[in-house]
Amino acid sequence: MAEILVLVDHLDGDVKKVTLELLTKARSLGEVSAVFVGSGFDTAKDKLAEYGAATVHVADADELTAHPVAPKAELLAKLVADGDVAAVLVPGTAEGKEVAARLAIKTGSGVITDAVDVVASDQGIVAEQSVFGGSTVVHSTITRGTPVVAVRPNATQPEPAPAAAERVDVAVELSASAKLATVTERVVKSRTGRPDLTEASIVVSGGRGVNGAENFTVVEALADALGGAVGASRAAVDSGWYPHQSQVGQTGKTVSPQLYVAAGISGAIQHRAGMQTSKTIVAVNKDAEAPIFDLVDFGVIGDLFDVLPQATEEVAARKG
Amino acid sequence: MKIVVCVKQVPDTASEKALRSEDSTLDRDAVDAVMNEMDEFAVEEALQLAERTDGEVTVLLMGPDQGTETIRKALSMGAHKGIHVVDDALHGSDAVATSAVLAAALASEEGAGGAYDLIILGSEASDARTSLVPAMLAERLGLPQLTFAQKVDTDGANVTVERLTDYGHDVVTSGLPAVVSVVEKINEPRYPSFKGIMAAKKKPVSTLDLGDLGLDAAEVGAAGAWSKVEDFAVRPPRTTGELVKDEGDGGKQLVSFLASRKLV
Ligand SMILES: Cc1cc2nc3c(=O)[nH]c(=O)nc-3n(C[C@H](O)[C@H](O)[C@H](O)COP(=O)(O)OP(=O)(O)OC[C@H]3O[C@@H](n4cnc5c(N)ncnc54)[C@H](O)[C@@H]3O)c2cc1C
Repeated sequence: MAEILVLVDHLDGDVKKVTLELLTKARSLGEVSAVFVGSGFDTAKDKLAEYGAATVHVADADELTAHPVAPKAELLAKLVADGDVAAVLVPGTAEGKEVAARLAIKTGSGVITDAVDVVASDQGIVAEQSVFGGSTVVHSTITRGTPVVAVRPNATQPEPAPAAAERVDVAVELSASAKLATVTERVVKSRTGRPDLTEASIVVSGGRGVNGAENFTVVEALADALGGAVGASRAAVDSGWYPHQSQVGQTGKTVSPQLYVAAGISGAIQHRAGMQTSKTIVAVNKDAEAPIFDLVDFGVIGDLFDVLPQATEEVAARKG
Repeated sequence: MKIVVCVKQVPDTASEKALRSEDSTLDRDAVDAVMNEMDEFAVEEALQLAERTDGEVTVLLMGPDQGTETIRKALSMGAHKGIHVVDDALHGSDAVATSAVLAAALASEEGAGGAYDLIILGSEASDARTSLVPAMLAERLGLPQLTFAQKVDTDGANVTVERLTDYGHDVVTSGLPAVVSVVEKINEPRYPSFKGIMAAKKKPVSTLDLGDLGLDAAEVGAAGAWSKVEDFAVRPPRTTGELVKDEGDGGKQLVSFLASRKLV
């Protein structure tokens, strides 16, 4: 059976949930081989085995991570050239999409980004995308080369299916052009202990209605009670109340959690573009006419400074 | 310093978008066309870097005739000249084709024959949202890729950016020329002044077609795409569920609802 390559997303061997989602999807397409770049394979191995990686191509040379994007694309291109590869799945993150971009050009292959599903059919691999903020569903195929698909995080339910995760070391001779840009410093913001925004199954977001950086504690408290991530509208980010990484919408992250809570967010079309594929949407807003209420499953017309703390307390009480 | 900034014309994000049933491409007639918002930040960054280095900014756009409006906007912000690649065969081009066209335009006589120091793009277009083109362009040109920049610095020989990541940022550096893409955090795009708008009318814009670039129509447009839309369907819009007015127990009602959906 032909190989499906899955690029592992990890931080020093700490495997991101999107990787498990990709492995789960890949199993229905062919023989699963994970591709692990960087250090920390020993930490990652059990997870990769649990979710069905038969083989793991490991490339841990420092120069692969010293330069952004290009080395990973070269490594994948080599694996595609040397093996019998039916498709390459990469995480639909900012970096994953860029790796996909370069790999597609290198291998002369079509690329699809932001896939929410990937299935095998008579026409080959068919990717499903959800575009225009979830209003339109598109099915596409790749007509040239080895399909490269960037799969959106949180689109698949990861399911274990143990396999060997047998380590196969790969060495790649990087071209000069892959080494032109160099990472000189990696700045890691202090960890919040909350799940990543795009991976979280619950997201609680605050907007202009939160009215100040210090008030975001109200949003954070509900997120923590629910075990969710914190998001923000662009108005809140532009006001400097919350970091840009947390922005949800057209020019921020696209999230698709089980539950999305919008507090003090009006629901502008550009915000909806990033959250309207969430399974359940609830909102708290003072204004009964706020457009966010057009798409909620449940809405509370009220002041978020009353409703959110009460909800937080109630969640805690129910948990006992 | 010679800077080229690549801009795209997109449907205004404030309007509802739809695909055309004939060929599964975006129905561009149904919506107002504007400069891709992220590209305004790219133009602004190019202008600021040019101002600091006594440089020149060329704006490069691939797209239909009405794309001239977007080029004029960049010129009225202060860019010096424009290149417009326009050809009927380009309709339906994907990122693979777009990056091939931009690369060819940059190498052409009008694109300074490759004699540029920086190529700056927005990190994402608001219509397709793939973020593929900057990386593909770097790959095709064999140039360093410094993308998702929230800060750009150059001393004329090297360029250093802060690349936005999920965990914070990476500091990435390379020699010139280089391909840079920017995020909206980087600056505050200027509004064209009246003087700028008047001046833009006299600035040179050269028009190129595929023949000028030595590209074959079969390599671009829908015909040259390496992926194909098989079918699409419009989802029914979401509808409003239950709305309650907070009478002192809104928070509790909200949690009851979440419990009914097994979300707590
Ligand atoms: C090209 C482009 C891209 C964009 N990209 C994004 C994006 O990625 N993400 C994004 O979010 N926006 C984006 N925007 C901006 C978007 O258009 C809106 O301006 C923005 O989403 C508004 O944020 P908001 O809902 O927090 O603020 P507002 O629209 O000001 O809404 C605040 C809401 O809070 C309510 N409120 C106030 N006080 C309280 C209270 N005490 N309790 C309860 N409710 C209260 C108000 O009734 C109001 O509905 C983009 C815009 C453009 C043009």
